[in-house]
Amino acid sequence: MKTKTVYKPTDGLVDRDLSYCPGCTHGIIHKLVGEVLSEKGLIDEAIGVASVGCSVMSYEFFNCDMQQAAHGRAPAVATGIKRVRPESAVFTYQGDGDLASIGMAEVVHAAHRGENMTVIFVNNAIYGMTGGQMAPTTLIDQKTTTSPTGRKKKGAGEPIRVSEMLATVPGATYLERVSVHDPKHMRKAKKAIEKAFDVQMNKQGFSMIEFISTCPINWGINPNDSLKWSVENMIPYFPLGVYKDSTKEDSNE
Amino acid sequence: MAKVLMKGNEAMALAAIKGGCDAFFGYPITPQNELPEYLSYHMEANNRIFVQAESEVAAINMVYGAAGSGARVLTSSSSPGIALKQEGISYLVGSELPAVIINVMRGGPGLGGIQPSQADYNQITRTGGNGDMKVLSFAPENLQETVDIVKESFDLADYYRNPVMIAVDGLIGQMMEPVDMDKPIRKINLPKKDWAATGESKKRGKRNKIVSLHLDPYKLEEHNLALQKKYDKMIENEQRYEMVNMDKNPEIVFVAYGSMARIARSAIEMLAEENIHVGMLRPISLFPYPQKAFDNLPKETKTLLTLEMSLGQMIQDVKIASNGKHNIEFYGRTGGVVPEAEEIVHKVKSILKEAKS
Repeated sequence: MKTKTVYKPTDGLVDRDLSYCPGCTHGIIHKLVGEVLSEKGLIDEAIGVASVGCSVMSYEFFNCDMQQAAHGRAPAVATGIKRVRPESAVFTYQGDGDLASIGMAEVVHAAHRGENMTVIFVNNAIYGMTGGQMAPTTLIDQKTTTSPTGRKKKGAGEPIRVSEMLATVPGATYLERVSVHDPKHMRKAKKAIEKAFDVQMNKQGFSMIEFISTCPINWGINPNDSLKWSVENMIPYFPLGVYKDSTKEDSNE
Repeated sequence: MAKVLMKGNEAMALAAIKGGCDAFFGYPITPQNELPEYLSYHMEANNRIFVQAESEVAAINMVYGAAGSGARVLTSSSSPGIALKQEGISYLVGSELPAVIINVMRGGPGLGGIQPSQADYNQITRTGGNGDMKVLSFAPENLQETVDIVKESFDLADYYRNPVMIAVDGLIGQMMEPVDMDKPIRKINLPKKDWAATGESKKRGKRNKIVSLHLDPYKLEEHNLALQKKYDKMIENEQRYEMVNMDKNPEIVFVAYGSMARIARSAIEMLAEENIHVGMLRPISLFPYPQKAFDNLPKETKTLLTLEMSLGQMIQDVKIASNGKHNIEFYGRTGGVVPEAEEIVHKVKSILKEAKS
């Protein structure tokens, strides 16, 4: 009988178990990024920067050269890499605690300088690795281990919308927020990643794709309901869409 | 080659270019600003990388990224800025990445002041950042020595795969002296950087990962023991010092480095006019501390007078190196006050007077 391959794992990822909790969407996002790097023929010239948090071990998963950065510093590390390796495809992979709290300065200034790199930003509204503390992206009234009665605007402020904020930075070239809660949105998310790396390889400057993600363990909701929760609660506050696209304008160079 | 008259900070900047620095990442802070200012023009003119980062923290992490990609990288700062960089320096050590760090020291603690100081001694020689880490560090006393060490440091960083810090104070950064920029330095055979994450995994046939994380405590211990072997090698090979006036078998020997050693030289001359012969042991490497110099002190030497522009941070190392063989005295000024040679002369005389009574 003749067999036909209809699906195989991407060689953009190392063939091994991931360290993520069951039901977490990091696995899907890893796969999409790995597929894009592989399909665009970039995996052999890519340099990825792992951050601190759940994705700290991502240097074990992406099938390319990787460097592990201190908490929040991935865009600065990637700046150093890209400046000395301008032909490489350089990306960071960061969570919302890493990027939107401790590393806010680094991502804003990398965008501001128009660093020709791609940021993969995974927003699940909580600190996962450390056990479910409040993040800058935690929703109002959302319960975490450091907001046990729910996040209150007074004292903790309202959740930060990173894509909207970076859209005000002149140096940023391409910003899009996507979700991976169903196959339709996964396909859309993959297109966004493709666009981001195209922007970089065309030397058009800074690109960031923000993913609405889930954290079933620390949210205390099962994986399916977590996806539903993200659609019902996160997307209304963090609307999906393209927040900036200046690729049609003059190149940054 | 002909000597040129240069300001310390600019001479260090040019020395970095001559030493093969590929990239500079820094953030403004007094009293080192002429260094990045010089490089902002000259790095680009030499087809190399210059980035003014958004903070010291970002700058050292850019250094970490560029060094991980195989480049020869420099950052410069001053005491409070170096404190901010310590996390990144710890990552460089843990990931075994080469980098050169210039620290033009000023007074502290806190924002302190902008005048010359040596109060970073402990920050430099103990563990500035977290973990069992060491940074190869040098404290030159004049611009020629500074320039030579800056040039050599890029090779030493590559050789040991460890950051190297050059600690000068604001005095050396700001003063002008004639220097020969092309004085040859010792040649070191450098291994290929086959560990660097250059984005060439296919060509290389394997992925390179730059990482300081080892979750298994036994793996981390193994890693730290391997790092310790490198520190031991530095202790064996890189102890540097100068002995002054030891042929006079002096009873009192100054222990002083950097600008303090320059002032001590004046005190030695002033005392010699009164027929009091004092020697000087001048550490050039701070880590490794020059234990060998202490082992070679004349047997007539009874007192070591530690001189510092701080409240006495090196004195611990002097005590360890002397190992109870000498009477240890201290004189220092702090907060950016640069002592006069007369103050040191006065201190020597009071030690001699006390010894007689």
